[in-house]
Amino acid sequence: MTADHEAHNPALLHHFADAQQQKNAASLGMWLFLVTEIMFFGGMFCAYLIYRLAHFNAFAAGSQQLNIWMGGVNTAVLIVSSVTVVLAVKAAEAGKRKLLTGYLVVTVLLGMTFLVIKGFEYAEKFEKHHVPGPTFNFTEKFDDNGKQIPVNPKEAELFFSLYFAMTGMHALHMIIGCGLFSTLAVLAWKGHYTTNYFTPIENAGLYWHLVDIIWIYLFPLLYLISRHT
Amino acid sequence: MATTTVIPATPAPKLNYLNNGHTLKSWLLTTDHKRIALLYLVSVTAMFMLGGFFAMLIRLELLTPQGDLMQADTYNKVFTMHGMIMVFFFLVPVVPAVLGNFLVPLMVGAKDLAFPRINLLSWYLYVAGGLLFLHCMLNGGVDTGWTFYTPYSTVGSNTNVIEAGLAIFLAGFSSIFTGLNFIVTVHRMRAPGLTWGRLPLFIWSNYATALVMILGTPVLAITIVLVAVERSFHLGIFDPNLGGDPLLFQHLFWFYSHPAVYIMILPSMGVISEVIACFTRKRVFGYKFVALSSVAIAVFGFLVWAHHMFVAGISLYAALVFSFLSFSVGVPSAVKVFNWTATLYKGSITYATPMLYAFGFIGLFTIGGLTGLMLATIGINVHVTDTYFVIAHFHYIMVGGALMGYLGGLHFWWPKITGRMYPEAWAKLSAMFVFFGFNLTFFPQFILGYLGMPRRYWQYPPEFQVLNVLSTAGASVLAVGYLLPMIYLLWSLRYGPIAGDNPWGAAGLEWKTTSPPPTFNFDETPVVTWEAYNYDEIPEPKELEAPVAR
Amino acid sequence: MASQVDALYIYLLFIAGVMTALIFIAVAVLAIKYRRQPGREAVQIEGSLPLEISWSVIPFFVMLTFFIWGGVIYFKERTPPADSTEVYVVAKQWMWKIEHMEGQREINELHVPTGQDVKLIMTSQDVIHSFFVPAFRLKQDVLPGRYTTLWFKATKPGRYHLFCAEYCGTNHSGMGGDIIVMDPQDYAMWAAGGTSAPLQETGKELFAAFGCSTCHRSDAEGRGPSLQGVYNSPVVLEDGRTVTADENYVRESILDPTAKIVKGFKPVMPAFQGIVSEEQLNALVAYVKSLAQPPTGTAGLQNQPAASPAQPQNMQVQ
Repeated sequence: MTADHEAHNPALLHHFADAQQQKNAASLGMWLFLVTEIMFFGGMFCAYLIYRLAHFNAFAAGSQQLNIWMGGVNTAVLIVSSVTVVLAVKAAEAGKRKLLTGYLVVTVLLGMTFLVIKGFEYAEKFEKHHVPGPTFNFTEKFDDNGKQIPVNPKEAELFFSLYFAMTGMHALHMIIGCGLFSTLAVLAWKGHYTTNYFTPIENAGLYWHLVDIIWIYLFPLLYLISRHT
Repeated sequence: MATTTVIPATPAPKLNYLNNGHTLKSWLLTTDHKRIALLYLVSVTAMFMLGGFFAMLIRLELLTPQGDLMQADTYNKVFTMHGMIMVFFFLVPVVPAVLGNFLVPLMVGAKDLAFPRINLLSWYLYVAGGLLFLHCMLNGGVDTGWTFYTPYSTVGSNTNVIEAGLAIFLAGFSSIFTGLNFIVTVHRMRAPGLTWGRLPLFIWSNYATALVMILGTPVLAITIVLVAVERSFHLGIFDPNLGGDPLLFQHLFWFYSHPAVYIMILPSMGVISEVIACFTRKRVFGYKFVALSSVAIAVFGFLVWAHHMFVAGISLYAALVFSFLSFSVGVPSAVKVFNWTATLYKGSITYATPMLYAFGFIGLFTIGGLTGLMLATIGINVHVTDTYFVIAHFHYIMVGGALMGYLGGLHFWWPKITGRMYPEAWAKLSAMFVFFGFNLTFFPQFILGYLGMPRRYWQYPPEFQVLNVLSTAGASVLAVGYLLPMIYLLWSLRYGPIAGDNPWGAAGLEWKTTSPPPTFNFDETPVVTWEAYNYDEIPEPKELEAPVAR
Repeated sequence: MASQVDALYIYLLFIAGVMTALIFIAVAVLAIKYRRQPGREAVQIEGSLPLEISWSVIPFFVMLTFFIWGGVIYFKERTPPADSTEVYVVAKQWMWKIEHMEGQREINELHVPTGQDVKLIMTSQDVIHSFFVPAFRLKQDVLPGRYTTLWFKATKPGRYHLFCAEYCGTNHSGMGGDIIVMDPQDYAMWAAGGTSAPLQETGKELFAAFGCSTCHRSDAEGRGPSLQGVYNSPVVLEDGRTVTADENYVRESILDPTAKIVKGFKPVMPAFQGIVSEEQLNALVAYVKSLAQPPTGTAGLQNQPAASPAQPQNMQVQ
């Protein structure tokens, strides 16, 4: 049997040789999972790239119809939430239970703020008849430095299809993140995480950062096409 | 002069992973990688039988030129579901999830995979996907072909496309998590002294496979999501009437599905390396090159996807680039075949069933691979793509290669997994049925293809009938070859001679523990001070052929 | 071309046969020669770098020959001769609709004379199909929303299978037909039996009927660019790109005019997507192609030359 059975970390799982191996394994596992997420979103980014090259005017016109203020605020919200995640990890490392729980809760609240603002955005899209499908109606033009260029509504619908697919998939990942962090907050409050063991906080943090980074790519690609007026 | 394979008739059963807990819950909620491997064995075999049933229906229909066994729509569903089941629910998981799950921790000297609970989740995802697919099947099935080409799959078909897609999506995540588990295990949990250069080639193969699984499968997942979304909400991502491009679907689809074929073949190649080393009593010739070629195949495999699209409407220059790259992926595969053959030189060779399957693999994979080179030659591809030539090519690799590798591995490790030996005579007979039946089934299809018979054809011109009849005859022989092992392997669980720790005298950490292994694999974590395949240090077992019956 | 493909195939079969035989024989011989014998142990051999290099490099060079020969044939297959007779093909579930330039229409059959280069301009009305003639060793997928082409020169009279080679639904395997190759005299007799007008005549009528001639005037004074000689010429677009006005360009300009706006023109042309059928599109494209070359310069020029008396309307800048 492995030595020091009494002395090992209660969180150590028995198939690992020691706590360090477990931590390294968990970390590598999370990084690999993030790679799969990048490949997952990558397919949609690829579709976006190809169609934007083919139908630039329509994409620009669609982009100009998005609410840049809501998108911008959401970007700020997510960046702040990544800061709170980093602070949560530091608090965990320092063994500060209440501070850790606090930061986790704030992260969740910021995530929910993001989702609420997103909800308002989607509602606005619905009102303007920019939701792809039977209600879709796009008559706006591409404002190219003052020149109004009409665009093919089918191509604009393609833009909005990708918009909803990409931001929708991102929002789904945000919801999962909020659920994850809520669970962690409860467990943190109960004292599950100590200076010796806070791997789940770190790894969940990695997940949150990735979802944040994906948004940081989505925002300019979707909202900021040809906005130099 | 005790042999290594005979143990007294009724030994006191030692506690091992099989008898450590008898309740249903101890199996369905297990985190033991070995039990999970058996759970997979059962479910994967069930799916194989279903896929094989559909294959039988196809071959029966094709006995006559007219479509007289079933309606065209039914036939279209039958070949679709044959393909989907065999690709996504059999070939992709089988060797990693059955043999890999069982062996990877043992071979690296670990107590389990890195994430045992995720391993169990993988199995449940697979089962969920399988059940969903069965439901889809019973609800009218799907008829898009396993390749789901748009716009037929998004707009043209009125079958359960989304449900089938979702089932495959779940199976895909099962695959991703298995791959993730393998990579972390190999990186972080090797026993002390087990350097990368000492790893068995089975580990190298599964590691390379795992890389492909985690990088490629997510792209398939998102492609399925986009098809489902397009179908549900009438969007135009792939529909030209709505501004979309059907070729984009093909690019996204094949970006995964080409590397997927390497997921299907690489693990079997790993099996062959292990089997050949054991039954020649030698280290595999050119170990480093065989190991590196596995990784090379995985990497290059991502660069060649559009060779499925030479006539699809891509540009001339893109086609030439992909043709060139496709040849480059053939080189590492050829290197492996040469190295395996060279291993036979100055070996001490015996012909147990696993070795027979290995010989079959080398021959049939060579033919399959060479016809792959023919397909990479664009001038030829234009003529034979979308014909039975392609069908013959991939069945040579998948059935003549991957499946034979699996059967060889299943027989090789059967004593380790179950503690029992299978009946050698019956096993050899089945291997003969498989080899003969397989060639009779699929070789005529090369000819059919070059003569011009397109694939996915429910009816065909009468001049193609003779070759089709030969093919169906072969299929019935092949079916016997697959049914026999199911019978005698099950039989062996009760009546097979009890196997010792290392009946083959093989190298590898898995043989240094009991058959079957205890739940935590090793009583003491091994410390490795020897190179892989140290056959010069391992005594030959005296009895390798028919073991003495109990 | 078919014989060239066969020649390459025989070469590949030969190499594959040799390789297969080599491996089979090597395995058989080694497996028997080195079977386990009492008193003889296996010799552990690590490997051989020269061998590894040889059997990586030599096969690679052999494969290069496959690539080059195959590539050359493919290049020829994808480069129709300039003087090819054009035939329009529209695929739909589950039939092939053929339109000759002289006006003959066929369903599931294509009559062609020997010794004549024929270029098929193909599109689909619904899902992806594939035009496959095994006797010619040729195949090309037919896509909705764009044209793909396939060319051949038939040499022997006869009737040859035409198959659809891309799964397209229920009657995929029934979507066949024949290519009927005839001697030139027989073909001429067959062609004379047609009753429809030549394709570009039909196109000219449609051009007027749809109102195209209102803006695309031959005197270059309409709101749209003149189409005289535009086919296969370079066209300068609003965004600075220069594209070649091939069949796909003409087709796209009818269905989705805002996709590529010619420099100097306003995006005022209505889109004809959903209004014009595939056959009508083929006729219009044929008509545009038939318009003669202008005496000087490239087509698609701005239609307000300085000396022109009549200014087009709608020129206000916004």
